[in-house]
Amino acid sequence: MNIIETSGLEKIFQAESVETIALRNINFNVKEGDFVAVMGPSGCGKTTLLNILGMIDNWNTGSYFLLGQDVAKLKEKQRTILRKNHIGFVFQNFNLIEELTVYENVELPLQYLGWKKKARQERVTALLEKMQIAHRSNMFPLQLSGGQQQRVAVARAVVANPPLILADEPTGNLDSRAGKEIIEIFKRLNEEGATIVVVTHEKDIAEEAGKIITIRDGVCQSGCY
Amino acid sequence: MDVIEVIRISRDSLMGNRVRSFLTMLGVIIGVASVIMLISIGEGARSYIGRELGNLGTNILIVVPGKTSAKGGFHPPAATTVRKLVYDHARIIKKRSRHIQDAVPLILGASKIKYLSQSRDNSVAGVTETYFEIRNLSVESGRFISASDVDSRRKVCVLGRTVKNDLFGDKNALGALAAIGDGKYRVIGVMEKKGVTLGIDFDDIVFIPTTAAQELFDTDSLFNITIKVRSASEIDAAKEDIRQILMKRHAGREDFTIMSQDEMVAVMGKILNIMTAVLAGIAAISLVVGGIGIMNIMLVSVRERTREIGIRKALGAKNRDILLQFLIESVTLSLIGGTGGILLAGLLSFVIPYFVEFLPTHLALWSIVVAFLFSAAVGIFFGVYPARKASLYDPIKALRYE
Repeated sequence: MNIIETSGLEKIFQAESVETIALRNINFNVKEGDFVAVMGPSGCGKTTLLNILGMIDNWNTGSYFLLGQDVAKLKEKQRTILRKNHIGFVFQNFNLIEELTVYENVELPLQYLGWKKKARQERVTALLEKMQIAHRSNMFPLQLSGGQQQRVAVARAVVANPPLILADEPTGNLDSRAGKEIIEIFKRLNEEGATIVVVTHEKDIAEEAGKIITIRDGVCQSGCY
Repeated sequence: MDVIEVIRISRDSLMGNRVRSFLTMLGVIIGVASVIMLISIGEGARSYIGRELGNLGTNILIVVPGKTSAKGGFHPPAATTVRKLVYDHARIIKKRSRHIQDAVPLILGASKIKYLSQSRDNSVAGVTETYFEIRNLSVESGRFISASDVDSRRKVCVLGRTVKNDLFGDKNALGALAAIGDGKYRVIGVMEKKGVTLGIDFDDIVFIPTTAAQELFDTDSLFNITIKVRSASEIDAAKEDIRQILMKRHAGREDFTIMSQDEMVAVMGKILNIMTAVLAGIAAISLVVGGIGIMNIMLVSVRERTREIGIRKALGAKNRDILLQFLIESVTLSLIGGTGGILLAGLLSFVIPYFVEFLPTHLALWSIVVAFLFSAAVGIFFGVYPARKASLYDPIKALRYE
């Protein structure tokens, strides 16, 4: 089953009189259990594509089906519900909330899903354990190293067991060792059944993925149909 | 996300910016405290006047010559050839109306009172035997004027506390002869201290029989007739009786005014209500200004946390979750401010009477409730705009915001 299906996807940034085409005619599918890497130089439009896939950005033409639903036809509220139930987001710059502890950051998606406190506690504790950051659970993000912060961000993305994980340059701000650890985590999550789309410009990460989509100047070079 | 968690988020955010939160609340604290304080001073003044008038006896009607109205309105001067009220009117009123317990013909004048080398100019009130009872006055030593004093125009006097102290000092005044005007009056009693009530110093009055006062001031015209009605429910009937009786004797003209103490209380109450409302209204403006302060700081807070809003939305927060988060924050600010204001007002209304004796305060429960609800309303009203603004942020723009 296709989790993601796009056809003719186009995104144009309109800045006063200048039109910038960010994405042009992007057609690709992601199947359940896929590990997809989206590659390309910076500014090629891969982050924009990921944001569209995560329904936090809009596109101009073409269609996008997520889990069989036509996203264009969904209202904002329905998109929010779809997002919080099925998508885990990992950002390049971690995007942890600085005022919240590690524990609270990871707990957040479960709160928006309406989990009971006890169930949240069990899940978050187990996950922090698994990610080997349980000993940091009462610390604040800025007290952690980059690698640890990204592990917290990944934990937050997967805490609700979403079938689809979208990651935007998850290793971009990390040293190579920390980056490898994050990729290992993604591989393990993929083995456990999660579908993963990773945006990256690092070749060795892409090599771990089963499928590579290359984008250059908004145009798909390979991996699309 | 349930409300308790949203409250926790708001609390964390407020605690994270303690000084800012406190300064924002200060506006509401001052606003709420001043609204409550002004109402409490107004209420205090009202109950003070009520108490003072109660001190001067209850169920009292006062008939004065001339037509005036406590309710306002004008009468053409030509239409008023005012007839006097005289001693007999009082007697007839008492005799004819079954609603009236007593009617005291009162003459008021000023005269020199002298004892040995001491003398002073004094108010002299000509009254009958029941006056002190009606007016809740009591005699400290000796006795008050009796019926037979009045009937036989006896030259006796009862001295107010201040008069006695001035003329006699510590010496015993009873039995002494004091000169009032041309006559010699025997002191038969000294009044107990009463103090100033509604501007009248009862300790500075010399009481003599009305009949003696007629002679002293060479007049039969009364200052007023002070009437005690049997019960509160009979006041209207008593007024009507008085009106009938006096009009019959004034050629059918109503050239006198019957005032009831309750009416006076009501009129003063009305004036005080207006004053209180005006002052509280002005104070409410400061509460609104406090609300604008909340809105201002919430806008800053929303802007500062743009990125956080973007993250929360990306993680599945609905617009409603974000709206609620910021709304609860502003309502919390205003409610804590409101509570602070109430406490401050409570403290002030407790302390003020110790420092400013003439400013009685009465903390009204309703004013507390109103002020509290009003501050909550301010929090909601001025919180909605920033909270709505936050909830409508486009997540992608919010995430890019640095």
